[in-house]
Amino acid sequence: MSAVLDNGGLAIAQAPAVDVGNYSRPPMLRNNALMDAIFRNVTRFFAFLVFSLLAAILVSLAIGSAPSLQKFGFAFLFNDNWDPVQEDFGALVPIVGTLATSAIALGIAIPVSFGIALFLTELSPVWLRRPLGTAIEMLAAIPSIIYGMWGLFVFAPVFQSSVEPLLSKTLGNIPGVKVLFSGPPMGIGVLAAGIILAVMVIPFITAVMRDVFELVPPMLKESAYGLGSTTWEVVWSVVLPFTKVGVIGGIMLGLGRALGETMAVTFVIGNAHQLSSSLFMPGNSIASALANEFTEAVGDLYTSSLIELGLILFLITTIVLALSKVLLMQLAKREGATT
Amino acid sequence: MIDTHSSAIYRRRRRTNALMMAVSTAALGFGLFWLAWILGVLIYEGANALGPTLFTRMTPPPGNDGGLANAIFGSVLMAGAGTLIGTPVGILAGTYLAEYGRRGWLAPATRFINDVLLSAPSIVIGLFVYSVYVARVKHFSGWAGAFALAIIVVPVVVRTTDDMLKLVPNSLREAAAALGAPSWKIITMVCYRAASAGIVTGVLLAIARVAGETAPLLFTALNNQFWSTDMNRPMANLPVVIFQFAMSPYEDWHRLAWGGAALITLLVLGINIAARSLFARK
Repeated sequence: MSAVLDNGGLAIAQAPAVDVGNYSRPPMLRNNALMDAIFRNVTRFFAFLVFSLLAAILVSLAIGSAPSLQKFGFAFLFNDNWDPVQEDFGALVPIVGTLATSAIALGIAIPVSFGIALFLTELSPVWLRRPLGTAIEMLAAIPSIIYGMWGLFVFAPVFQSSVEPLLSKTLGNIPGVKVLFSGPPMGIGVLAAGIILAVMVIPFITAVMRDVFELVPPMLKESAYGLGSTTWEVVWSVVLPFTKVGVIGGIMLGLGRALGETMAVTFVIGNAHQLSSSLFMPGNSIASALANEFTEAVGDLYTSSLIELGLILFLITTIVLALSKVLLMQLAKREGATT
Repeated sequence: MIDTHSSAIYRRRRRTNALMMAVSTAALGFGLFWLAWILGVLIYEGANALGPTLFTRMTPPPGNDGGLANAIFGSVLMAGAGTLIGTPVGILAGTYLAEYGRRGWLAPATRFINDVLLSAPSIVIGLFVYSVYVARVKHFSGWAGAFALAIIVVPVVVRTTDDMLKLVPNSLREAAAALGAPSWKIITMVCYRAASAGIVTGVLLAIARVAGETAPLLFTALNNQFWSTDMNRPMANLPVVIFQFAMSPYEDWHRLAWGGAALITLLVLGINIAARSLFARK
């Protein structure tokens, strides 16, 4: 893009160049220069507002969590107690729950999203691409509370009666991972929450993967096809290496979404402040602890501990999302350089 | 040719390819399977609950008949106010990014932060509005809910406005500038018009996003069992009512929750599809 508009703006602002003499500018031009300045600064003000929003959220959460920060310090992160009666709070259980559910979600969503993106870019007939792509994107449009409700009333019972017994019979016998799949099938729990999260982040990761796959220059792919590669070899050895950075960026975006997802997890994770090695057992995540307890919290320390949980969540997701953005920008930059 | 087809390595490569393509198709089936399951359940359960009384009667105490009228009204009011606050902010900020942002640090930095905000956990937005507004005035209110929703609307609108204005061909701006139009007129009369379908799409997507948002309303609007038009008091809203009713042990509350869930999903998917077709026609 050229700087046409800036020049245009300057040309108008410098309209006095015409009236080198003593007579003043016509009022309309003067008004225009004024309006230009007003419009430009109003838009700049709102851009600055958006710019400062992130910092404002961080600062307000930091202020809100001051009592808990002072009382518990860094030990907050490693304390697995959550006792409103004794006012002893620690973030370990919700942090572990958040990370565990997100890890399960990514473990399922990454291969599936890759498969869907591959299908949409390489296999699908052209006329089917749009409807199929839209259908997958609809998974992202369904509100999270709907996932939660469906998860609690429909998915969890099915999961409890057929999937969990199957898992404990198969994976539950393999030494090493055995402990993850032990215990009674309860339907709701960390694993169920992770699976529902996976379904929720699939559309986000798929969308990024599809977009970056389409950035691969056709020349590269056609050269590989011309050498006799199969579709899979082209995708695995040409498309994927070329788009590696963007694919990781998409995964990070999915991770950021999974970490902060609230309502769907709240319905199915079980909301128990306990650490257990089995994925079948109920747990808690940062977001669901907030959703469940915040309005009922009594006392400054309880409230501020919850706000500190929110601060931790916001810090983690911001870092993850910023990383995702940096990676995607790198790909875009390289793309700009090579073509 | 015959040689290549019969040699083991070619057979293996072709087998791998066929297997991977089958896996890829299965992955698509996996994704569509969940969509079909969720929509199927919603249609089935929703058909039992959707009816005129849903829109005319208030949320009932357990064991009584009722509807969701106050919740629907509250949702419409707060989502409407949130959109009305968030849209101008988003469009103006997006305008700066696309039209004035070629020089300086503000535009790239804002674009970066906006993309982070776009995916930021919505519950943290609720917490933010709670700390800066609800905790100050010491009561939950419909306005707090609307502010929280507005903060979610802004990044969506900024992003689409920025993207859509960048798609407007420069020749249009040049033509207007050559006719002597000042830049504010070029932007408002030429660029906005050229990008209008895209910007409207962004606003529609933002409405669809906030229509189902629950987490930021939990600590801001809270809930209200009765009909209330006062935005300064706690306000009923569909997502929080669904949450409360679904988590309850009462059968008839569950039915109402399904009705609300079906209603929201129909609305959100409808808006999404409408926005897409609007943009595609353009």
